[in-house]
Amino acid sequence: MTNETLKEKITELLPAATFEEGVQWLNILVTPADWHAFAEQLRKDESLVFDLLFCLTCIDWKTHLTMVYHLESTKFRHNIVVKSTLDVALPAISTVSDIWQTANFHEREVYEMFGVNFINHPDLRLLILPDGWENKRPLLKNFEDPVNMIKL
Amino acid sequence: MVEEIGRTEEGNVIINVGPQHPATHGVLHLVITINGETIVKVEPHLGYIHRSIEKMCESLTYRQFIYVTSRMDYLSSHINNHACALCIENGLQVEVPARAQVIRVLMDELTRIASHELWWGAMAMDLGAFTPFFHAFREREAINDIMEETCGARLTLNYIVPGGVMQDIHPNFQQRVKNFIQLYKSKISEYDELVTGNIIFQNRMKGIGYLSPEDAISFGVTGPSARGSGVSCDTRKTYPYEIYSQLEFDEVLETTGDSFARYMVRIREMNQSIRIIEQLIDNIPEGDFQAKTKAVLKLPKGEFMQKVETARGQFGVYIVSEGGTTPYRIKFRSPGFSNLSALDHMARGSKLGDLVAMMGTLDLVIPDIDR
Repeated sequence: MTNETLKEKITELLPAATFEEGVQWLNILVTPADWHAFAEQLRKDESLVFDLLFCLTCIDWKTHLTMVYHLESTKFRHNIVVKSTLDVALPAISTVSDIWQTANFHEREVYEMFGVNFINHPDLRLLILPDGWENKRPLLKNFEDPVNMIKL
Repeated sequence: MVEEIGRTEEGNVIINVGPQHPATHGVLHLVITINGETIVKVEPHLGYIHRSIEKMCESLTYRQFIYVTSRMDYLSSHINNHACALCIENGLQVEVPARAQVIRVLMDELTRIASHELWWGAMAMDLGAFTPFFHAFREREAINDIMEETCGARLTLNYIVPGGVMQDIHPNFQQRVKNFIQLYKSKISEYDELVTGNIIFQNRMKGIGYLSPEDAISFGVTGPSARGSGVSCDTRKTYPYEIYSQLEFDEVLETTGDSFARYMVRIREMNQSIRIIEQLIDNIPEGDFQAKTKAVLKLPKGEFMQKVETARGQFGVYIVSEGGTTPYRIKFRSPGFSNLSALDHMARGSKLGDLVAMMGTLDLVIPDIDR
């Protein structure tokens, strides 16, 4: 599907979704409350079949956090980017590890690096960081570490 | 926190493999719960070589950060550099000279062969065969010598830069690559005689670590590991970059989804890489090896993603730019991280000794997983 037809189809599925002109792919903005149901539709809809969650990450914009999901269909070879804006003080969004199993590890990484709480995640604890790094959120922009050099 | 030693409430035994263990090829730590010889659960503990490369890149310029990416998947360092260079060129709208494009693809494919050679030797060693390691390194050394001559390094190459390549190829390059192709062709049958056809080896691989195509996609497994399950995911074919769309090569697919299928994909993929090199080695166009770019690069405001096919799978570079000289945020989607997440699913219910075969055929490189 081209970006135009994708846009029409997605407006049909979720009228509340807003679009952003992406450089490469269609960018879709959804609210955290809409995300889980919308993700399920993206995966199951027979004309979309977004079966591969290629990349899941987070961006710290200081005033808010943005979750970024790169989705790909291995059947139709079309791509979209879904974004969701989270509150910086208490970032929380529903997990999608029940839809795409790869999200399990990726969400754990975002949890420890950005402090995002993934609601209903089966196993939300540190994956990469050692014990004692809970709530330190090292990939946030305001993180300072006097011991380990990370700023060059 | 899991209890890292002892018994669980059900009476299962918890054992630790790694972080220093010969079968994990680096500092991977697996906490394995076993019932007798049968695996109940495999839980990876990561981070022993985490360098926070993504955070480091936020304070490095677009020319500088590429050097750090060689240290991620050190067996595909050319391809990592290539992905970053493509992503930046995409943002700057730079046209790369034809000569540089051909050199880049040649280097990528040589890297892929070198990586698969090392994987083959190391995997056979995991399964108890020591000789293949030396056979693999005989060919791999030839590639490393080619790299050393042209790039000035053997492992962390940093040869591909935004706009082209760092310097022109060495005058001996073409002849040495041709010598390597001859060497490879005369020796590749040894691989089959030594390992592939070995009945003990086949018994340890066939039917072990089955991964269905649906699970492979759901776990985000890409590269040879997914193609062993029959999932078509070769980025060089599906989203062609550079000159791959003009080249003749086949996407290697196996359908059985077990460790032996993943093994065969990599062996057959090396032959395809040789095929690509043969098409290009006599046809390197004359001209510049680097496009003219500014000394200080500034990407326009926006987001850029580039996918490439490394020796382990789809590698993605995601750059968020605010228009400055350094990236605002950078994310490396490493294939190893997703491939590893499928290990627990594959291993459950198998015997402990078979875990080595599964880990071997997933081709894990730990700095790629940890970043």
